[in-house]
Amino acid sequence: MVASAEVRVARCGGSRINFIEPIITLDSRFLLCASGDAVHVYSTSTEERVHVLQGHVDLVTGLRLNSSNHLQVYSCSLDGTVKLWDFTDGILIKTYIVGHKIFSLYVSKFHEGTVFIILPMESSANTEAFQLVALHLPKTTGPEVEARDILSVLRDVSPIPKATSFGRGGEFVASASGLQLSVYFFRKQKTYRFSLKANDKKGARNRFTCVASHPNDDCIATGHEDGKIRLWRNFSQKKEYTYSTEHWHHSAVNALHFTPEGTELLSGGVESVLVLWRYGAGSKKDFVPRLGSAIEHISVSPDGSLYCTSHKDNKIVVMKSSRDISAIIQGLVKGETIRTDLLIDPRTKALVCNGKPGHLQFFSLRHDKQLYNLDIVQQEYIHEAGLHQCEVTKAAIDAQGSWLATVEERQENPEELDIILKLWAYDESTQSFHLNTSISMAHEGQISAMCFSGDAEATMLVTTGRDGHFKAWLLADHPDAQGEGASWSCDYVGSYHRREPTRCCFSADGSLLAVGFGEVVTVWSPSTWELLVTFSQPPGDIRDLCFGRLSCSKYLLGTTTKNLLCCWNLLTCSLEWSSTVDVILLQPDPLSENMAAFSRASGSTDLFVFKPSEPRPLFSQKAVCSGTVRRAVFAPREEVLEGCDESTQWLSCSRLYFLTEHMELMTFSTKSEEDQIIASSKQLVIDDSVAVTPFYLLLGKHRKSQRETQDSVSSHTAARIQLPQGSPAIRELLHTPAHVLPSASFLCNMFVNSLLISKSGVREDGRCREEEMGSEEEEEAEEQESEGEMEASVSAQGPAVQGFQTEPTPQLSKAQERELRKLQKADFSWLSSLLDS
Amino acid sequence: MGEFKVHRVRFFGYMPSGIRCMSFNERAERLALGRLDGTLEIFNFKDSFYQEKVIPGNDSRSVEAVCWVAERLFTAGLNGEITEYDLENLCPKYSLDAFGGPIWTVACNAQGTHLAVGCEDGSIKLFEILPEKIRFERNLDRQKGRVLSLSWHESGTRIAAGMLDMIRIFDVQSGHATHRMLVDRGVSGMRNHECVVWCVAFLSDLTVISTDSSGKVQVWNAAMGILSSTHLVSKSDVLSLAVSKDESSFVVGTSEGTVVQFQFLANILGGDEKAWVRTKTFKPHTHDVRALAEIGTAVVSGGLDTQLVVRPLLDKVDIMSYDNVLHKIHFPHRSLVSCAQKAGMLLFQFPAQLEVWRLGESEGRGEFCLGTREKWIPFQGEDHISCSAISPCGGWLAYSTVSSLRVYRLQCDEHVSISKVPKLPKVLRSAHQLSFSDDSSKLFAASTHSMVHVISLSQSECKHLHTFKPKSGSTEPVHLLAASKDGKWLAAANRGCEIHIYNLHKLKPHCTVPIYGSCPTAMGIHPTSNNLLMVHADRQIFEYSIVEKQYTDWSRRVQREGLHKLWLERDTPVTHVTFNPRNAAQFMLHDTYMFCIIDQSLPLPDNKCQFYNQITLKSLSEQERLSHAHAFKMCTKYQHLLFLGLLDDESLVVVQRPLTDIASQLPAPVRLKKFAT
Repeated sequence: MVASAEVRVARCGGSRINFIEPIITLDSRFLLCASGDAVHVYSTSTEERVHVLQGHVDLVTGLRLNSSNHLQVYSCSLDGTVKLWDFTDGILIKTYIVGHKIFSLYVSKFHEGTVFIILPMESSANTEAFQLVALHLPKTTGPEVEARDILSVLRDVSPIPKATSFGRGGEFVASASGLQLSVYFFRKQKTYRFSLKANDKKGARNRFTCVASHPNDDCIATGHEDGKIRLWRNFSQKKEYTYSTEHWHHSAVNALHFTPEGTELLSGGVESVLVLWRYGAGSKKDFVPRLGSAIEHISVSPDGSLYCTSHKDNKIVVMKSSRDISAIIQGLVKGETIRTDLLIDPRTKALVCNGKPGHLQFFSLRHDKQLYNLDIVQQEYIHEAGLHQCEVTKAAIDAQGSWLATVEERQENPEELDIILKLWAYDESTQSFHLNTSISMAHEGQISAMCFSGDAEATMLVTTGRDGHFKAWLLADHPDAQGEGASWSCDYVGSYHRREPTRCCFSADGSLLAVGFGEVVTVWSPSTWELLVTFSQPPGDIRDLCFGRLSCSKYLLGTTTKNLLCCWNLLTCSLEWSSTVDVILLQPDPLSENMAAFSRASGSTDLFVFKPSEPRPLFSQKAVCSGTVRRAVFAPREEVLEGCDESTQWLSCSRLYFLTEHMELMTFSTKSEEDQIIASSKQLVIDDSVAVTPFYLLLGKHRKSQRETQDSVSSHTAARIQLPQGSPAIRELLHTPAHVLPSASFLCNMFVNSLLISKSGVREDGRCREEEMGSEEEEEAEEQESEGEMEASVSAQGPAVQGFQTEPTPQLSKAQERELRKLQKADFSWLSSLLDS
Repeated sequence: MGEFKVHRVRFFGYMPSGIRCMSFNERAERLALGRLDGTLEIFNFKDSFYQEKVIPGNDSRSVEAVCWVAERLFTAGLNGEITEYDLENLCPKYSLDAFGGPIWTVACNAQGTHLAVGCEDGSIKLFEILPEKIRFERNLDRQKGRVLSLSWHESGTRIAAGMLDMIRIFDVQSGHATHRMLVDRGVSGMRNHECVVWCVAFLSDLTVISTDSSGKVQVWNAAMGILSSTHLVSKSDVLSLAVSKDESSFVVGTSEGTVVQFQFLANILGGDEKAWVRTKTFKPHTHDVRALAEIGTAVVSGGLDTQLVVRPLLDKVDIMSYDNVLHKIHFPHRSLVSCAQKAGMLLFQFPAQLEVWRLGESEGRGEFCLGTREKWIPFQGEDHISCSAISPCGGWLAYSTVSSLRVYRLQCDEHVSISKVPKLPKVLRSAHQLSFSDDSSKLFAASTHSMVHVISLSQSECKHLHTFKPKSGSTEPVHLLAASKDGKWLAAANRGCEIHIYNLHKLKPHCTVPIYGSCPTAMGIHPTSNNLLMVHADRQIFEYSIVEKQYTDWSRRVQREGLHKLWLERDTPVTHVTFNPRNAAQFMLHDTYMFCIIDQSLPLPDNKCQFYNQITLKSLSEQERLSHAHAFKMCTKYQHLLFLGLLDDESLVVVQRPLTDIASQLPAPVRLKKFAT
């Protein structure tokens, strides 16, 4: 009932990966970027996510490699901690608790044991003031350390990370804020401040946007609002400082970065062009054009071989210094607004919503990765301020995922409205949607709602328009269109007293259609198009409509603009109950009877989860986020969450995702779930001395099986512990650096010998295998039971796919582990048969 | 205050000439400027950038290069001659043919003992500087191709010469070229065109900086003869170069009108390793920047768009003051217009001609004044006009060149007819300044050695009455003459800041006004009180009672209370003083951007009060207006003023020359791509 501490609002996948500058590791193999509360580690060559470093409980705001150990990374967050991670293994090494919100983090090679962070100024009423401080990291052991040793370096700095930069050898730090550039020299302990005029006669806008320092020379590059880049020199003089100006960008310079050798300066802005300025050669420059979206950050790998740009559409592009693009990491594309509802694609379980302009994106929430973009508008996108673009405003997918309906809209002026309704069929062979029917001006006015019927046999689409009609569309064969196959056409046009329909909703079995006309809800039978019943609960227009599911399918729920949540009983045709809540969003869970209602309350949004049949809500939480919730959706889980108590039961088979006012995708996570994640990561950490490869699994299987069977007490296996691990040959093979290893032929002999000894262990494993098989079957059965037939099909095809994907991911989900085990078995039987022969 | 009928004159087609070269004399803080028409101008940078001296040009003489040797000024031109100037008499002293064809450049060594000139035929000739003249010493090894630029090393043993496609380093002792550094011709489309090395500069650390026609600025190591760095500055030519005194920075001027500064900066702060880095870019001009000078705290640039720009380098400036703001000098600091008050006629002075205009009537209010060009006097001879005057009655006209002085008689009826006065007194050979007495009976001509000749004019003859000589024995040229209305007094101001007052009745010197440190730019004698009003280059105003031989009370009050800050910060000097005949307490001053009526009866503004208060006063009631009024009434309605004077019918003549009119007569600038066009 009451929001328990067990359920917490968490950022989930789909966070901004372009929030701060990504960093590339010293060996250029990995790219680290902050994504919401976590740090993601991607491979720069395969774009695959290798690790997720979880541990922060608020936005990660800074990320820097540890200069004394290049396999470690510092991260800071608004939760007031600095954490040190081992990113190759994904282990949290240390947490330094600072206790203030941290906005940015810097590391200087020449300040051992110190990191620099930007904090809000204390003791000032002005919350807009920030200071750069040096944080001494205490050398005490233990995972959590209080770090209170703070030394103020610069006051009145900008909290934006790219507005501060450390210069050559950490001799100075330059920070720009507004119209002022401050340079602090550590050795002299002196600050120089240089100001520019806000604008001059020629209309220059001189506000600083970003700062970069040359790695070898004393030169600071600053970017400005009007697209100028200034190169400051001689800034240890109060007056004789000097700068040169370069101008290519036509609007603000968003990012600046020097290459590690200092031979090139990279800059980027809204033009989506990466500009490479030759250092010291005046205005000589090269371009990498057509990067797709405005550049937000630029970073360069420490060896200078990779450039990396973050883009406004939540994308990171990794390119080689030869300017070939080597990887594109695409996150959830979030624009300023979202016009479509959040949808779940039943086939891929991906989130479907507006992506790039004129596109729909399919985003896998599980892998936090964009699956693909579907070009709906199919027009060239021209970036220009004030240009009216064709926008996808509505989208719907039917229950089987075989049809997708989209509405695109373009309004140049109030009279000229251009609406196209498009229906897309899923093509099994190409595994994507193909345009089937395009209907221009499906309604005279804007289309206000659209839904597919849940009926599997005859899929029907209903659209409601501002022209006072609702239309039903059916797939029909046209004999005259040769070879074209079936296409969609209008089956029925309905209206009700010339009122304007606002919402429509099908019951779960598709036998009833509810259409809200102003304050009246009409219920129709789609088979006969007969108006069955009307409900009305004035005053207030219908805002949301939905039918109950499963055991509650006799109920129809509606919310009105006048703060009323009504539940009508369709059997008695009467109002079952109503309650005065200002519900802005009503979202049914497709897998249970539960409904989620978001209500507005004084600057924040509350959530209620209830069953229509029960008077008391299952769960309620006040202030899930500040501002209003824009969209929400229930996404089915891959596997049912176990160990849920009463208050978290509603989260067991699907997760609730919602988009906040600031376009952040949030979800609810339970404590047990988090514990599982942490437990699994810890467990992996302990024995993770070797990368998890199929080869490792082959060899390390004994160890693993031993560990697993250890719990189910078995004395004879305990004696077998030493076998693979204790074998000096194997240990030598795995622990000796490659360059001092003897030749492979020599090793091979040793290796085979070590396996021959383990022959007696095969029998033991055979027994274990049976045990495991049994447990696996159980698990699978459970899954099937809970997730229904849809999920079963996925889980059946899953192993086949994943069998080939045994990536070196130490963080294994249960399913993956199972697959590995399966592989282990297969491999082993093959090997043992070889050995036997 | 009173209302005036205004003749707004825009028919003076004054066209300044483009700036060709300049040279700055550090010791005297004077800038010598050579224009395309051969005029030399000397600006005094100590005295508010006042244009101190003007040496009129000559058609046969062009000025390609100008060079100071101590206090002596040399020029060289395409006529193949080296000329030294007499700065007291404002005329060429002597000319010497170098016999090497047209001379492109002249340079003096740091010791001041030798001049080197670069000639069309590829020879570099050394001239020894003697106290009174120069003497040809020898040729350095003759090369093929013209020598366009020269620079001496500080030691005086080496010379860098910029030629076509190459730079050569010469050893002065032996006269042989020690290094030959080839300059790249630039982009592929320009391969067939020779790369002209427009400028070279030899620094004391044996670095040579060159600018060339393919837009490059190159830094060479002259010890080894190798290129150390190249900076592409422009798509077209880089025409000018100036190195600062301490050799820590230099500026280059391009044909796109930009001036780019380079600084010698340490790569690492406080480190020894330094490099030339391009820093600031200014765009002071619209056309070619042909001449540049770096004078410590400012960059002075001049070009084909005829203006002289003094741009301060703010990083070298300690206190912001008048000297440290941007100055643009468009117009000469002397009057090119003289007005016959009684006849309503204007005389316009051009370098090689004079125009007499009669003022007409404008049709309606605010219309531009119509005039009729009565006479156009083309000038025969090669020398340009140095000064001219028309008598108040409009009956006489006089002008002078460096070599001759002529007086004409004007007959004004329906058409103006002109006749030359045949016999002039022998003393009248040339004049620096000419003026007529109020009753047009006398002509005053300021001549050499600060002498002023008084000539009486009558229908029959011109008679030399007297010659005034200053008691101080100053030899500086007189640049201002003012005669009193009653014909008794004559004031003469010379460039040595002295103002002498002569009694015309007794034909005797009367007195000398105490010398003020700044040069007077305008003066006039009050018609009734016979007080001499003087305005100096630093915009101080003095009033001196001639009768009492002392400063008046008002003048003392001005000095005591000081003038308003905004008045002192005005950009251009006051060039003319006029008295209001209706109100004895009022007089009018004008500079290029405003005219101002000063009422001596009103309190002076102090620094706290609003200086430009006309609009505020308008909104106030009568009583409040009185309390807010102060002595300075400014009018900025008329811009780019060349002359402002009162006619006898108490109408105001305003001669304007809008800068846009000048710009429209300039050749088209280098085409530049402008963003979003």
